[in-house]
Formats: sequence, C-alpha cells, structure tokens
Amino acid sequence: MRNWLVRDLAGIAVISAVLVGISYFLGWIPIPGMAYYNRVIVTIGINIILAVSLNIINGHAGQFSMGHAGFMAVGAYTSAYLTYFHFQPFLATLAEGPGRFALQQALFLGALLAGGAAAGIAGWVVGLPSLRLRGDYLAIVTLGFGEIIRVLILNIDKIGGARGLSGVPAFANFFWVYFFVCIVIIVSWRLVRSQVGRAFLAVREDEIAAEAMGVNTTHYKVQAFVIGSFFAGIAGGLLGHYLVYLNPGMFQFTKSFEAIVMVVLGGMGSISGSVLAAVILTVALEGLRFVKEAFGLTSDPRMVIYAIVLILLMRLRPQGLLGNRELGDFFRRRKGGDR
Amino acid sequence: MTVTAVLEAKGVSIRFGGLTAVCDFNLAIQPTELVGLIGPNGAGKTTVFNMLTGVYKPTEGEIRVSGVNTRTLKAFDITKLGAARTFQNIRVFKSLSLLDNVKIGGHIHYKYSWADSVLHSITFREHERQAEKEALELLSMFDLDHRAHDEAKSLPYGDQRRLEIARALAAKPKLLLLDEPAAGLNTGETTELMQQIRAIRDKFGIAVLLIEHNMELVMGICERILVLNYGKTIAHGRPEEIQRNPVVIEAYLGEAVEV
Amino acid sequence: MDSFLQNLINGIGIGSIYALIALGYTMVYGILKLINFAHSDVFMVGAFMGYYGARIFSKLMHGSEVVEPGWPLFTLVLLFSVACCGLLGYLNERIAYRPLRNAPRIASLITAIGLSFLLEYGGQMVFGPDPKFFPQLLEKHQLQFLGTSITSHTVIVLVVALIFMGILQYIVYGTKFGRAMRAVSHNFETAALMGIPTDRVISITFVIGSMLAAVGGVLYGLSYSKIEPLMGIMLGLKAFVAAVLGGIGNVPGAVIGGLVIGIVESFAGASPLSTYKDAIAFVILILILLFRPSGIFGKYQAEKV
Repeated sequence: MRNWLVRDLAGIAVISAVLVGISYFLGWIPIPGMAYYNRVIVTIGINIILAVSLNIINGHAGQFSMGHAGFMAVGAYTSAYLTYFHFQPFLATLAEGPGRFALQQALFLGALLAGGAAAGIAGWVVGLPSLRLRGDYLAIVTLGFGEIIRVLILNIDKIGGARGLSGVPAFANFFWVYFFVCIVIIVSWRLVRSQVGRAFLAVREDEIAAEAMGVNTTHYKVQAFVIGSFFAGIAGGLLGHYLVYLNPGMFQFTKSFEAIVMVVLGGMGSISGSVLAAVILTVALEGLRFVKEAFGLTSDPRMVIYAIVLILLMRLRPQGLLGNRELGDFFRRRKGGDR
Repeated sequence: MTVTAVLEAKGVSIRFGGLTAVCDFNLAIQPTELVGLIGPNGAGKTTVFNMLTGVYKPTEGEIRVSGVNTRTLKAFDITKLGAARTFQNIRVFKSLSLLDNVKIGGHIHYKYSWADSVLHSITFREHERQAEKEALELLSMFDLDHRAHDEAKSLPYGDQRRLEIARALAAKPKLLLLDEPAAGLNTGETTELMQQIRAIRDKFGIAVLLIEHNMELVMGICERILVLNYGKTIAHGRPEEIQRNPVVIEAYLGEAVEV
Repeated sequence: MDSFLQNLINGIGIGSIYALIALGYTMVYGILKLINFAHSDVFMVGAFMGYYGARIFSKLMHGSEVVEPGWPLFTLVLLFSVACCGLLGYLNERIAYRPLRNAPRIASLITAIGLSFLLEYGGQMVFGPDPKFFPQLLEKHQLQFLGTSITSHTVIVLVVALIFMGILQYIVYGTKFGRAMRAVSHNFETAALMGIPTDRVISITFVIGSMLAAVGGVLYGLSYSKIEPLMGIMLGLKAFVAAVLGGIGNVPGAVIGGLVIGIVESFAGASPLSTYKDAIAFVILILILLFRPSGIFGKYQAEKV
C-alpha cells in the first residue's frame, strides 16, 4: 500500500492544474504591458527558488555559501546544452501537434532535472573537501569555486564561451517556474521537519554537540549543499530557457550576493521569510529601474541599495524580517496567545 | 570475563605540545555500574572525557567502547557504539525546541533518508511517530514536557542541564557520560539531580560515568570512584576507601590551601 | 631564459601589490577574526584618490590639470591617497563594525560584504562606471637587467612596497603599539583586562591596513594605468588568498603569500593556461585549505570543548 505516493502524485496534479489555470488566466488579462508583468512574476519565481534553496544551506545547515551563482550556472548551461544541441533539433523533425507539445514538456523537465543533477554533483565536489572548513573560510572558498566555474564556462567554446549562448529554446514559462517554486518549498519544508532537517539544524546550532549526538556533521553539510545546489541548478535552467540567452556574466558573484541578501533579509532559516524577501526585493528592483531612468543615472543603483539594506539590517534587525520563524507561527501565536 | 565492559581504557595518555595532560589512565566500566571521576580543578577530568568520546585522540593507549577500539573512530561513531555524553558548559541546541533537542539525541535510531523525508514515506512516518513518543516520554521524566515546544534557551540553567541529560538518553546509550552535571546548581538541586541520576541508572539499566568536582556529592551515589590529580590517577576504589585515602585528602586540602 | 626572468619580474610586481593588500586582511583577521571584504575596495578608493589627487596637485603646482611627472608630485599624491584611505578605514570600523563587536560573527561578515558592495557600486556612481586612465606620475624608463628589459615602474613599485612593509614590520614588532596589537590579537578579553585600549588598537589597525591598501592602489595605477570601481573585487580575493597562503594573522607570511600568488599567476599567464589565470589563485586557496589549513607559516588551532 503506497498510498502516500498516490497522495503526493495527486497533490502534484492539483498544483499543476491550478498553475495551468493561472497561466491561462494571466495570458487572458487584457492589461497593456501584461508581458512586462508576466516577466516580473517569472523573475520573482526564479528568485524564490534561489532564495529558498540557498536558505537550506545558509539558513538551515548554517554553512555560509557564497557560490550559489556558480551552481546556477552549471544547471543553466547543462540544461541549455541538452535542449539547444539535442532536444530542439530532434523536436524540429516531428510534426506539430499535441504529441510534440507533450514530448517537448517532458524533455524540458528532463533537461531541467539533468541541470539540477549536474549542479548537485558540482555541489558535492565542492562541498566534500571544503565543508570541513570554518564559516568564513567556507564563504571565501565557495566564492572562489563560483569564480572557477565561471572561468571554466568562459573557456568552453562549444557553449559560447565569453560570447554567450543565444537561441536557447524558449521552453520556460510561468507554469514551469511556479511548479518548481512549489516543489522547492515543499521539499525544504518537509526536510526541515524530519530527522535530516533536524540534523541540519543541529549542525548549525553546535557542531560539537551534534557530533556527540551521533550526527555525522560533514555528511549532513554536504547533503544540504547538494540539495541547495540542485535547486540552484534548476533555477539556472529556468532562467536560461526564459531569457533565451546565457552568458557567463549573468552568474557573477553579484548574483550569489543577491540570493544571500534575500535569505538574510527574510531571516536565516525561515522558508516563508526567504519567499517574502525574494518577492519584496524583486519588486523593489523593478521600482529601482524606474528610479534609474527618472534620474538619468549611468549606473545601476540597485547594488548600492542592496548593500545599504544589508548593513542597516545587521545593525537594526540582524535576525531578518521573520527571524528563524515561519509566517504561520506568528498567526498561531496570536490565536493561542503566549503560554 | 563473560560480559564485555561497556568502556575500557588501558594506559591512556595525551600530550599537548610538551605538556602531559593525562598520564596512564586505566578504567573499565561494567554494564550498570555507576562510577565517579573526581579531582581538583585542572586535574584532567574533562580531557579524559573528551578522549573517551572521541573529541581528542590519545597520544598513547587504547580505548574500547563496547569492545570496539575507538582509535580510528570519529565522535559520532562512538555515540553509535553506545556512549552518549553531556557537556560541562551546557551545549543544548539553544534556538531549537526542547522536543527537537531530544529528537536529535535519538538521531542514530531514526534511520531514513532525505528521500523518505521529502516523500513522507511509511518509514518516515513510523520513525517520526516513534521519535515523538520517545522524546515526550524522556521530557516528562524530567518534568519538561509542558515546555516541549519552547526554545531551549528560554529554560532556566538547571533545566537546561536536565534537558541535556534527556537528550543524551535519547541515544539509548549503554554508557552515559555526565560532565559536571551539578555545576552551577544549588545544594537542593544537586541532591535532587544525584538521586535522579541513580534512578536513571536503575530504570534504564545503563552504566554511568560521572565527573564531579565536589567529592562529597559523588560519595553518596557512586559505587566506585577514581581520583585524578595533575593528570595522574591517585586513587581508585570504593567511596569509603577514597574518603579515607590520605593522598586524596592531601590533593583536595592542598588545593584548598593554594586557593 | 629571458622570458623566465621577465615573468618572474612581472610576478614580483603584481605580487608586491597583492602583498600590500594582503597585509590589511591579515592584520584585521588576526585581531577581529573577520574577513574584511571591504578592504579591497579601500584599495580601489586609494587608486581613485591617486587619480584625483594627481589632478588637484598639478593644478595647485602649475595651474593646469595636465600631469607633469616628477617625484614631488608622486610623493604628494601618495600621501594624499594614504591620508584619505586612512580616514576611510577609520570610518568603516567606527560606523560599520564597532557597533557589531558583540554581535554574532556572521553579522560582521555580512556587514563586511555589504560595505564592500557599497564602496564598489557607490564608487561606480561617484567615479563613473567606465575605466579611467591613471596619470603618469613618474617618467617611465626601460632598464636593462640581466639581459631582460624591465620598466623603472616595476622597480619603484617593489621598492616603495618594501619600504612600507618594513615600516609595518617595525610597528608590529618594534613599538609599544605593536605589542598592544599582538596582545589584542592573541586574546581580546585578557588584553582589555590588562588595560589595553582595545577599541583604539582596532581602529588604528584598520587605519594602518587601509593606508597600505592606498599605497597598493597608487602603485597599481602607476604600473597598470587603468583603474575602475570594481577592480578591487578580483584583486582583493587574490590578496586574501595570499593572506591565507602565508598563514592568516602573520605579517611576513602575507608578503610571501602575495609574491607567490603574483609569480604563479604571471607564469600561468604566459603559458597555454593563460585563459584560466583568474581561477588559479582559487585553486591554490582550495589546495592550501585542504592540505595545510594554517597556511605556510601559521599555527593550527583546534576549537576548545
């Protein structure tokens, strides 16, 4: 009796149906500039995946990674390689119709998962040796790895090198982005409420005590790293197939930094905090685009604002918006009152 | 001997640079024994503990837990062999709930993978149900169950010590190692704790090794006491013998004079 | 063998700039156990202060912004940049880090990252995002040395860098302040109990580190002539690697680490691996951390249970 599996599959079907419904609805709304809003909504989704996945590493397991953009790049290029060089030419040989459409979706899902897996493997390779290091060293090593990955991509001519890869098939859309938003939230939520997640938390709280309780700290750090990198890879794949273009410059460590700001702003260890911060920051960023145009600034003010937000946050509310709580905890507390 | 000793240390020494912190330490603990390890400040008690639990590796000698040589093992492997510990300077998981603290204590018994966690498989559910039940039982044993969902750091000092013991017991050890469990407690709390330790031993049928700075405290409950001074074992025997031992008295009085 | 010597000399040139930056990282880490990510941006500001200083002093000296090379101008510009960066370093510590002294380490680390980005992108807004050409403060000569030709600038970079490292070495190991600094780095609380004004020691450490970075910035401008607001990122990371390589907290170690990284990079740049040049420092970093986490000269300390 595997009714738990049936229930989960049913859940995925419901989520998919709802997302398909919403995406039709979004396509149908007759507002001028809807394409622009659509783009913002998709960007929010990709940033949620990034923030929630980084939160598994930085927030739950307490390992300060600064290389998230590197793993994102691995996923982006791996999936784009598959779709651009293999799946797209193959699909082009088929006749148009629902069969081809279904196959395209399946192949895209496969490419995304392959990208995630490649990023996860990269996370494992990086994590295994470096997770023995103390916090701030880890930060610099992950940053270094992110840069190494970028330099490697720059040197692979087949996938465009420094020129970038244009003509990535436009497979990603609202549905796929928010499908994975749901998946990453559910996975991270369930993980942290399991023995695995509790081991992550124990490592974050006190490594020596965790070891004394039989927790193999290195094992769990690497596991958190691999899971986080996997989803960063998925986010990268979605980004490439949405923008229809990839360039190593998209994955500089400012990108990792954006993800860190989201996690820190939301509150390290809070899943809903990461989601909230991803939404707030992405929207604020779009607002800043107008500021830039209105004032005729030559450079982008957003990094300056990010930096100021981060510095002030550490001064005024170092635990972030939600601390390590979830949104629901606040409502529950209000209802039940303090015990 | 037919029964394997839960712990056996033979000729254990450790040196930090030129300093020999512990020299030729020998101790065997049989199942259900309650043994005290005492000595003045800086005698090397915690260093012994750290070697027994794998935090430090001895320079010389051999340590066996449940008959297995721990030389190449990590701290978490030794816990799996059945030795769980507490810390002198409390190390509870401060921002986790009491319940989660104790569940992490049982970590080695809840075996399921991340895939089980994500899919909420049957294995996951069974283990989680068991974890919840066991954790609540342990918490109620220490009268902490009514605060099960509070953060550990919100507990008063004495309760944090008891939570740490509950967490160690969740590992279902054969040997419980307590590092100065009474430090920072008042006399009343200390007496209560000592009774509780004895009760734990009787209830779970496990061996206990207890570090204590204050000699009087352990006399009442331990069956056997080992006295360390300057890293050397100066006495080893029944409480009455230790109490009368002139070397021990001198070590303690000597310290009192120095201070 | 000409190219060998040439690469070696180039490597020493860039290496001594890495070393000057690495010293600031190593001193701050030694005292606060903090990777001061903003340090490399102080280096960038130092280069820009050199750029603007050269114009200001040219105007003052002969009424025109056109820079006429000469030692007096170079010295003035160097001192100006050093003074500005010293002040910047002081302000960084005073405003950003000091309020967090008792906060968790992660808060300081995140603040450091934030400050770094503030200087980089704030720099883009103030100085403009495009690269600037650093004025020729000194005339450039070609010197013949053991059959290779080197520029006088390389020699000047090396000599000036050595002078300032010597001064630092004297301050740390030869003065009362240096002793206080080493005491604070050894044990913060005890030093405070012994009556050492730890806050002042930390402030001065930041000031000295920032001054050295300013020297590095001006020398960088002098020998590479192109400066831009984001130039600190990569250079700073490599300088940090140099500090780790030498054993973090160790003054001579940082200098040697800087030179090693510079030389290795220089040879890599001339080899078929040249396109991977920017990754080499990180590969070195990872290898050290795996095999000798204490660096070449450092001591490894285990956490106390």
